[in-house]
This record gives sequence, structure tokens and C-alpha cells, in this order.
Amino acid sequence: MFQVRIHGRGGQGVVTAAELLAVAAFNDGRHAQAFPSFGSERTGAPVVSFCRISEREIRTRSPIDEPDALVIQDATLLRQAGLFAGLRSHGWVLVNTTKTLVAIGVAGFVAELPENHVLGLRATEIALQHLGRPLPNTVLLGGFAALTGAVSLAAVVTAIEDRFSGAMREGNVAAATEAFNLTRGMVGTWATRERSAVGAPPD
Amino acid sequence: MTEQTSSYCQVGSFAVGNRLVDPHLRTVQSDRLRPNALTSGHRACQGCGEALGARFVLDAAMAATDRQLIVVNATGCLEVFSTPYPETAWQVAWMHSLFGNTAAVATGVAAALKVRGDTATRVIAQAGDGGTVDIGFGCLSGMFERNDDVLFVCYDNQAYMNTGVQRSASTPAAARTATTEARGREPGNAFGQGKNLPALAVAHEIPYVATASVAYLHDLEAKVGRAMELHGARYLHVLVPCPLGWGAASRDTIRLARLACETGLFPLFEAAHGEILSATPIRHREPVEAYLRPQRRFAHLFADPPRTDDIARIQAIADRNIGRFDLLGERAGKGSR
Amino acid sequence: MLRQIEGSRAVAEAVALCRPRVVSAYPISPQTHIIEGVGSLVKSGRLKPCEFINVESEFAAMSVSIGAAATGARAYTATSGPGLLDMAEAVFNASGLGLPIVMTVANRAVGAPINIGNDHSDAMALRDSGWIQLFAETNQHAVDLHIQAFRLAERLSVPVMVCMDGFILTHSVERVEIPTQEQVDRYLRPFAPQQVLDPAAPVSIGAMVGPEAFTEVRYLAHARLLEALVCIPELAAEFERVVGRPSGGLVSAYRSEDAETIVVALGSVVGTVKDVVDQMREEGLKIGVVAVTTFRPFPEQALGQALEGAHRVVVIEKAFAVGGRGVLGAQVDALVSDRGTKTYTVVAGLGGRSIPEASLRRVLGEAIRGELGAMSFLDLDRVVVDRELARMAEDPRRAPSTARVPRDVRENAARIV
Repeated sequence: MFQVRIHGRGGQGVVTAAELLAVAAFNDGRHAQAFPSFGSERTGAPVVSFCRISEREIRTRSPIDEPDALVIQDATLLRQAGLFAGLRSHGWVLVNTTKTLVAIGVAGFVAELPENHVLGLRATEIALQHLGRPLPNTVLLGGFAALTGAVSLAAVVTAIEDRFSGAMREGNVAAATEAFNLTRGMVGTWATRERSAVGAPPD
Repeated sequence: MTEQTSSYCQVGSFAVGNRLVDPHLRTVQSDRLRPNALTSGHRACQGCGEALGARFVLDAAMAATDRQLIVVNATGCLEVFSTPYPETAWQVAWMHSLFGNTAAVATGVAAALKVRGDTATRVIAQAGDGGTVDIGFGCLSGMFERNDDVLFVCYDNQAYMNTGVQRSASTPAAARTATTEARGREPGNAFGQGKNLPALAVAHEIPYVATASVAYLHDLEAKVGRAMELHGARYLHVLVPCPLGWGAASRDTIRLARLACETGLFPLFEAAHGEILSATPIRHREPVEAYLRPQRRFAHLFADPPRTDDIARIQAIADRNIGRFDLLGERAGKGSR
Repeated sequence: MLRQIEGSRAVAEAVALCRPRVVSAYPISPQTHIIEGVGSLVKSGRLKPCEFINVESEFAAMSVSIGAAATGARAYTATSGPGLLDMAEAVFNASGLGLPIVMTVANRAVGAPINIGNDHSDAMALRDSGWIQLFAETNQHAVDLHIQAFRLAERLSVPVMVCMDGFILTHSVERVEIPTQEQVDRYLRPFAPQQVLDPAAPVSIGAMVGPEAFTEVRYLAHARLLEALVCIPELAAEFERVVGRPSGGLVSAYRSEDAETIVVALGSVVGTVKDVVDQMREEGLKIGVVAVTTFRPFPEQALGQALEGAHRVVVIEKAFAVGGRGVLGAQVDALVSDRGTKTYTVVAGLGGRSIPEASLRRVLGEAIRGELGAMSFLDLDRVVVDRELARMAEDPRRAPSTARVPRDVRENAARIV
């Protein structure tokens, strides 16, 4: 079981990100379960969503207390208490930021986690470039696929294509693909690194 | 069948069935083959205005729709006296669900008819004043607002008669009910309260709103007929005296219903899409005292000493109606009828 | 078709496959996505003919369904928590009139304090309303139960509530196999009402019944509801023949055959319990779980059989009778206590409180060791509760403070960390 927790703010597509990740995992032939944090969140408020990916049927409905990966869609959340709670020792962290990991204060995690497991990605910039709107969620999914190997880029692209239409569809696909390639350039191809908890995706 | 003689003065009046006028001018009620939606043998009190009103309305509606009618009925006197299990007095497809949901149930009936393409069958919802202005108002307003294809008829006897005469939002000022006793400094129901449902219906800008009275059968049947020619949400508010609740003689039901109109306390009007179209002029204006005095619910106004102040306030209400609806034809030109 | 889909959307698809003719809609979380989904299918023309009616309250939503069903239309609506209570009078009326309405209840807590999270207080409050109540364990189960619900309702002329955990199921995106229209049409034929408002054959529906016959009428409703205990397994078997998947039924057992400890639960928590059962089995403990799929009518015989041989039964419930005991727990206790089986009620997951596997393992261990009380509350913050109880003891006029408790819980949590 590979468990992901996505942090962001209301309006950034946090819930959609978890759904798209689940659909991508499904497209890869896996079982997946995405669910949002259950509250009446408003635009701008901190929102959390979750996704489990597994080779077997997922039966549990318990909360994800020990995620394998964190996606942080808004770097202003980094100071929030408990943001990194439960992150497993082999885990991954993907942060939407234009700054360095030292500048945003996560350098400590870089030291504790395996090499190339913590990454800052300028997702909002890429989103603005492709969509004209600051929606970093699909960009980060592309980056997530390259960083963790938990899902394939092809599966992410198919999930985006099923979800959006018209310009949003093209823009999101382009943005996710650019993020995937950019991330791969930064951390190396997934195949050259260690296997994630869910095994290799069809590349 | 025994023959009954009609006195000459009834010809041309609006009070009875007009068996002497031309057939096409006669009321549905005067026809021996009338649908008789609410047949005899039910358990209404003697002189019940609501039983009369319901039969008048539904017979006229059945005549207008070739008997293709479904009726949804709120909890209340009308429901209780007509359907004591296992008997029923209804000769029309009829359903009772709850007190407050009649308009919504009727919406469901209309939707079911629409979805199967049945354009012939029409839907009437009916309730007393409690089931209309109080507990049923939420569903009624929703039905109006969606313009569902339902005629909602309120038989207004101005209190909760079924439960023993308690005040409703339709109870008139100064009236004694079991929950507005004729005691203290302000006996009876308070002034300045209550809900004017015909006005609220007009404010929903639905295709048709009318008030009617069991005293004016021709007028009532004509209004039902017009309502059934139209589609969408329609509302008919019928004043139906209650001998028990009003403390009046059973024989005075029609007389009191007429006096309510002639005093100006219950204006008869028609409206469409938010506009008042016409009001029925008062032919013989009466002071409110003529209407109040025969009713024990107002007896405290005529005790010793009399409450002349309250009678004057009720007269002011009547005068305001007369002005608002031009019931004496002063603005429209005198003697319009 | 196998799809990765939100539970609410999957249920909307399933409902549309059942071809309801009148759908009334009133928004309340967490049921909204279901009714939005059905509305979208009507707007797009995929579900037609269908009248989709936006009403002004849940009371109206059920009332519209009553009118539609009485006029011979297949009627559907959905609600949650306070919405179910808003329509309570009409819920009883629908069953009393024998109208085969199907309603999704996306289970939600009932306030005050207001809370939109999941528990079963809503469905339990109306457990005696004369409706059949089915509880879904997964979104696949929810889809299957809705299709069976229409068939069941119309077979018996009794309304059916399909309960699915709000948010936990309704908002989860997971794998669901949606049957084909052809399969559903084969399983569920057009609605042939047992009574109908028809001007050509006028009847009076909803007459007043006095004390001389009311008992008999209620008894007949009871007898009709009990028929469902025979009907439900038959319809589940037929569903499996047509759709090719076992689903539904009265109760569903997992690794309970030789179990000394059996967990009994309703709804989605059963999935978590299954994982816990597997973990505890690996430790050599004889434990299993029985899901109660049909809660009303209560499947006494089927559940009694499923619990045979157990030394102890632990009922995990997302509701309880305040001032009394657990609702399901009391019924299970009545069923097995005379066999010498010990029963425990664990109230869990109230108002959306998560039910962690570790907490379940802990209470089940306590039950096995005989250390668990007959009724307990999972992960209850004892420090906060005791502090408030002490304050109340000091000042007997004082009511429990709903304002203070959340703050105390936060402070307490901070201290523990």
C-alpha cells in the first residue's frame, strides 16, 4: 500500500488532485482510494486530501496517519503544525515553490529522507504558463509521477484527459508533462532509483 | 323525486342553483347529474361551509376536466369527516398524506402525470386554513414558486376547527378561539396579526389567484372553471363559515359567508401573474356589526359594556379593503353592477 | 463497466439505470453529489423521461415522492442527517401508505452541536419508521443495493432506505463496477404499482383509522416488512445471476466460522474491521466479522446463526441511544445473551471521528482479555470528559459546555504530543 497526503488551500484543486491520482493508479491497473478531509472548507482555507494505491482491494476506511508521500500545493502551509506528521522514513515530499529547499525550511527533511526524495517544483508558474490560472494540482501530479514512480505519466495524462475538456484538457496535459520531464531532469529517471512501495509502474 | 318550489326572488340571484335560467347559465350544482365529488353520508357538522365549498369546487373542476381529476387533501376536518376507515365519501381519485405537505404531494402527482404524458388528468390540492397559511405554507410557497401544474384550494374557516377551534394565522382580529380566549384587556385574537394568503399568492406571480365564497356559487364555479383552463400553479381561497367554531346557527352559513363579502371583510377578487384583474363590487354594503353580531366568537364585543373600540377597528379593516379593491365602484365609476 | 469513480456519482449512475420517473432534490451535505449527479443525468438526457424537481425542504422532497409513487411513478430521493429528521413525518407516512419509494441516506450526525460528519444517528432515529434499511459496506455495495432496493420496494410495496456512510463512501473515489442498462432492465422491470390514483378507477388513499382497527393495520405492516427477510436473499441471488456478482442479502460474514470473537457492525467500518481481523488472525486469534446489511427488518435468525459458537460479540456502532445503550448492541445482546455469549458495545466514529485500526485492535484485545466494559466509547478523551464532569459536579445547575469541550480537547491533544 502506498499512501499519499495532499495539502493545499480551498480552490487549488486539492480534492481533484487526489481523485486524479486515484484514477491514474486505476489506469495503471491498480486499486486506489481517494478521499477528501471532511469539513466545510471555504476558498483559501487549508484542505487535505488523501489517496491510497495498492495491488489489492483496499478495504480500510481508517485515516492515513503514516503517509508514504506528501504533496504540498501551497508553501505557505509549511509552517502548519503537523504538516509532516507520520511521514514514513522512506517517504517523499513534493512542494510547490520557486524557492530552494533551504529557503522554505525543509532542508532538514532532505537530510532525513533518502536522496532525491524531497523536491521543490515551480508548479504555480507552470500552471500559469499553460492554463493562465494558478492551479498547481495537475502540474504536481506530473512531478509526483516522476518523483515517486507510484503512477505512470501516461496514466496521469489519461486521467486528466477524462476529467477536462477543451483548452483546460490540453493545458493540463501539457503542464503535467512538462512537470514530469522537469522533475525527471532534476532527480533522474525513476528506473535508475529505488522501487517504491507499490512496485514499478508501466513506463 | 319530490318537487321543490323555488321562490321567485332566487331567480337571477347568485345564491342558489338557478334552475329557472337558461341551461348554459346554470351552475354545475343545479345539475342533477353533477359529478357529486363529495357524496352524502359523510360526517360533517350540520351547516358545514367546508363540505359545501369542497363539493362546489370539485364538482366544478370535474365538470371542467371531464372528470379527469386527482385530489390531494390535507389533514383536517374535511379529511376526517370524509374518510373514516373503511368508508369514503369521495367519488374522485383522492389521497390524504399529511397536514403540512399537501402542495408537495400534489407536485409529485402532477410530476408523475407529466412524465407519462398524461395531459388530460388535472390535479387539485385542498386544505383548510391551518394546512394552507400555517403548517402547509412552506410546501405551498415552493409549489407556487416552481409553478407546478396544481390548483391549490384553501377552505378558510379561520381557525383549527378539527382540533377544537384554536387560532390560526387566518383567524380574524378579536375572534374568540380556544387559544385566544375572550378575556382580559384585549379579548380574542390580537389585532395586527395574521397572514393574508391571497396577497402572498399574488406576490408569487403565479398564473391565477382568486378568492371566492360559498355564498356566491356562480362566481365560485366560474373561478374554478377559469383556473382549470390554465396551467401552472393556481390558488383559490374560499371562505367557508364553520357553525361550531364561529358559534353561529347552522342555517346561517350562507348568510354569514355573504355578509363577510358585503361588509368588505372578505373581498372577492381575481389576479393573474401578480396583477389584480378585477374585484366583485359590493351590491348592498353592510356594517361589520351585521356580520359580527350573529357569531358567538365575537359575542364579547357586544357585551356590557360593548367593545365599540374593537368594532371600530374591525370596521376600519373592512373600509380599507373596500378602498383597496374599490369594492363600491367609486374609482371605476358607480353602478358597474 | 469498471470505473474509478466517486461513490456519489456511482450511486447516481446506478439510480439512473433504475429509470426513476420522479426525482425530488434538496441539498444537504454529504448527500449533495448524489442528487447533483442524478440531476446532471436528467439534464443531459441520459435519464429520460424523468421529472427532476428542486424542492424547498426535505419534508417536501419526501412528500413529492409520496405523490409521485401514489400516482404510479417510480420515485427516488436522497438525504442526510438533519434532512432525514426534517422529513420524519413524511417518512412514516410513506411506509404507512405502502409506497415503494427508494431513498439514499448518506449517513450524517444529528446536532446540536451541528456536525456534518458521518455517523448513524440519522438512520437509527428512524429505524422504526416502517422502512427497509440496508447498509452499504463499499461503494460497489451501495450501487448494487440501490438496484436491489427498487426491486425489493416494488415487490413488497414498502419503501427502502439505502444507507451509505456520508463522506467516507459518498466522497471516496474508488473502483466500482457499474452494471449495464441491459442487465438492470432484466433485473428490474417497469413499476407496476399495487395501488394508484386514477380518475378512471377512483380510490381514496390515506383514510383515517381509529383504535378499533389501528393495531391490525400496524400488525399487517409488520408482517409485510418481515416478508423482506425471505425476499431479500432471493433478490440478492437473482441479482447475482443477472449481474454476476454476489451482493446484498441479510448479513455477510468474514472469517467468522470458527471465530471465538465476532465483531458485528453496519456500513463502511466493516472494511476496516476486515483488515484488523486479518492482522489479528495472523497473530493466531480466532476472530471474524459479521456485517449487518439488512438492519430493518432485523434479521434475527440469520444473525443468530452467524454468531453461533462465538464466545463474545463486539458490536461497533456509529450511534447509541443517549441515556440507554447501543441500538444494534442491545438487539445483538437480546439475540445471543441467553446462549452465554458475552456482548460488548463499542460506540465509535461519532460525527466523523475516524476509526483507526490501532484503536480497534486495542478494544478487541481488551474484549478478548475480558477487560472491556459492556458499553464503551472508542478513543473517548477521558481527561476532558472527567474535567467537565467535575465542573458540573461543583455546580449542579451547569449544563455540559459545548464551547469548552473542543478547546479542552485541543489543549489535551497538544499536551499529549
